[in-house]
Amino acid sequence: MTDAERPTPNVPDSLTEPAGPAVGQDEWVARHAERRLLRGGRLGAVEERLRAAPWWAWLTVFVCLAALLPVGFSSGYVRRVAFDTVLYMLLALGLNVVVGWGGLLDLGYIAFYGLGAYCYALLSSNQFDVHLPTVATVPIVVVVGAVAGWLIGLPSWRLSGDYLAIVTLFFFQIFIVVVTNGDHLFGHNVTGGSNGIGGVDANVRPFNLFGHDLPVAHSGSFNVAYLYVVLAFFAVVFVLLRFVNESRIGRAWRSLREDPLAAELMGMPVNWLKLLAFSFGAAVAALSGTIFAALNAGVFPTTFAFPLLITVYTMVILGGSGSQAGVIVGAIVVNVLLELLRDAGNARYVFYALIVLALFGVYRLSVRLAVVLGGTIALGFVVHGIASAIAKSNVDGPANGENWLIDGLRHWVIVPRDLGPWKQITYVALIGVILLLTLVRGWWRVALLVPTLYLAAFVWENVMLTAPEATRFIILGAILVSVMIARPSGILGERRVEIV
Amino acid sequence: MSVNGTPLLQLDGCDTYYGQIHILQGLSIEVHAGEFVCLLGGNASGKSTTLKTTLGIVSPRRGRVLFGGEDVTRRPTSYRIQKGMAIVPENRRLFAPMTVLENLEMGAYLQGGGAKDDFDRVYGLFPLLYERRAQLAGTLSGGEQQMVAMGRALMGKPKLLLMDEPSMGLAPILVERQFEIIKEVHQSGVALLVVEQNANMALSVADRGYVLSTGRLVLQGKASELAEHEDLRKAYLGR
Ligand SMILES: Nc1ncnc2c1ncn2[C@@H]1O[C@H](COP(=O)(O)OP(=O)(O)OP(=O)(O)O)[C@@H](O)[C@H]1O
Ligand SMILES: [Mg+2]
Repeated sequence: MTDAERPTPNVPDSLTEPAGPAVGQDEWVARHAERRLLRGGRLGAVEERLRAAPWWAWLTVFVCLAALLPVGFSSGYVRRVAFDTVLYMLLALGLNVVVGWGGLLDLGYIAFYGLGAYCYALLSSNQFDVHLPTVATVPIVVVVGAVAGWLIGLPSWRLSGDYLAIVTLFFFQIFIVVVTNGDHLFGHNVTGGSNGIGGVDANVRPFNLFGHDLPVAHSGSFNVAYLYVVLAFFAVVFVLLRFVNESRIGRAWRSLREDPLAAELMGMPVNWLKLLAFSFGAAVAALSGTIFAALNAGVFPTTFAFPLLITVYTMVILGGSGSQAGVIVGAIVVNVLLELLRDAGNARYVFYALIVLALFGVYRLSVRLAVVLGGTIALGFVVHGIASAIAKSNVDGPANGENWLIDGLRHWVIVPRDLGPWKQITYVALIGVILLLTLVRGWWRVALLVPTLYLAAFVWENVMLTAPEATRFIILGAILVSVMIARPSGILGERRVEIV
Repeated sequence: MSVNGTPLLQLDGCDTYYGQIHILQGLSIEVHAGEFVCLLGGNASGKSTTLKTTLGIVSPRRGRVLFGGEDVTRRPTSYRIQKGMAIVPENRRLFAPMTVLENLEMGAYLQGGGAKDDFDRVYGLFPLLYERRAQLAGTLSGGEQQMVAMGRALMGKPKLLLMDEPSMGLAPILVERQFEIIKEVHQSGVALLVVEQNANMALSVADRGYVLSTGRLVLQGKASELAEHEDLRKAYLGR
């Protein structure tokens, strides 16, 4: 090789300054643009676009849509689900003040909801023969709730995190014990004990507005007026809390949540702020309680139990603790899903839609996606063919929840008449394969996904749909886990910013 | 600088404990209005504890803390902040997910979030903060964060500004700039009590200094005299 042929290394012969920022002057420092953390990708762009609309526009659109819902749906069931969802949204908004804004882990939250419901029942029933008008009862209950929140919040002066959680949980337990044993409290029947306050004798009055009673049921089905009442409550509470959060108090709450010591160093009255957060949350919960008691014409201690607490927490965390829009989305997703999953036919739509969506989310439009989908479909027909050739009884078992989807699926997934021990075996095997799936990568995963998906469909049709009550919560749990992995701060939550 | 009359801040024979551990041992220091005092000492000598005692984050078992002649020993931190103390804490302790602007507002929490002239004053000292006002504090560089911490403390128009190692983590050129800013703040009439590891730099700008060793006062005097002191030079200045 001659000198001329030798490739010249790409080294400048003298010290030159590359184009770009000069030495000692950092691009970052020099640039003036606003820089905030945003999500990248197409979703980030969509989110950016959505965030551009002001909050009140969103609120108006939402309230109008919800108010128009009864026009499109005449079924009392759908309207009742809509009512429940808005009630959950109200509860989630209140919990968001304590947990999302104040950063206080309050596990006694549902006690305030119960307190509101019981207070309403006591103030407008035959229990003590008190029948205050609704315009008096509701404010009284809200104030009672706020005061109770203030008192229960007192331990937060010294406690935080899990310690505070345990103490508030203890208060919740006390509440449950007191109301279930409140039928001879110092010799008086206050709460009706485990029977609650309800029935014809108790005669818990419905809401009474402008001199008219709002009957709970209208010719046998849910009275849609309650949907409008709860929507009005929701809108008022949303706007009120919004203003509180945008005030100095809201920002003080955020600082408190981020760094209590630094907040104290800025002169913030941290103890007072904590009590205020507890109070606001409890007042909203108590308000929700009034409408619950009125609509159900009674209160029963079993309503205010741990499953409800967990449901409301799930809504707040899934949606994005700290974001009002987030917790609302969380409440809608969780409650609508739980309702859909009640019915086997609907549950089937949810299940297959989620699987297809998840696959799209992971593989986008790629060869792998085609292989997984094609492979799974082909595998199904092959297995079905073999199984039906062996014995007809392998594929003509009963289907749960008849609809068009299962009519098609019948030729693909096998539903044996008698499953025998395979029920447990396939269920455990499915869990095993899913765990295995997390350990392999690349094409191995694609290859393993095909039988896994088919097994999942098999277990779904044969095992899970036969026990819809448990299945509801398993599916919800699975959704919760996957959303939290993909977006650790919830669907609409702010990303965490850590100083390292 | 005159050191007569009632001091603005006076720690009078303070004994501060963390549980059983006796940290400050009969510590007495004072800072007069408009004075620039630096607090020196090795690691774990109790400098930060002195500031915490001053602010009421810990309270002394014996001794008193007087601010503007008033005994504030039993008063909560928020009261002392309201009376005119402010701090730039060690490690800055910004509110990471809040913007620079919001952080500054929090500094004037007791004044209702800060008036325009407070912002103008702070932006005047730190023009960069104005450019970065919409950025989340947690995403700033360490030096930028230090500016926010200083700005935040100045938002409440303090009479006495406490600083815990304001030059920590800054490039050498920024340390000098930092001390220029500190001098500027001082010239605007704010009394300063500054904890610093960079003793050379601190003594070159301060009026007076205290030197702590295991929670006791071992030296005090004019900054210029301290800078020449034999023991101090050996121990901290490395000359
Ligand atoms: N909360 C606490 N609990 C127990 N001991 C503590 C606590 N805070 C500080 N100490 C101890 O008190 C002593 C003095 O700490 P201090 O923070 O005042 O030191 P310092 O002079 O600021 O040191 P440095 O220059 O390293 O910041 C140290 O030994 C420290 O371990
Ligand atoms: Mg220190």
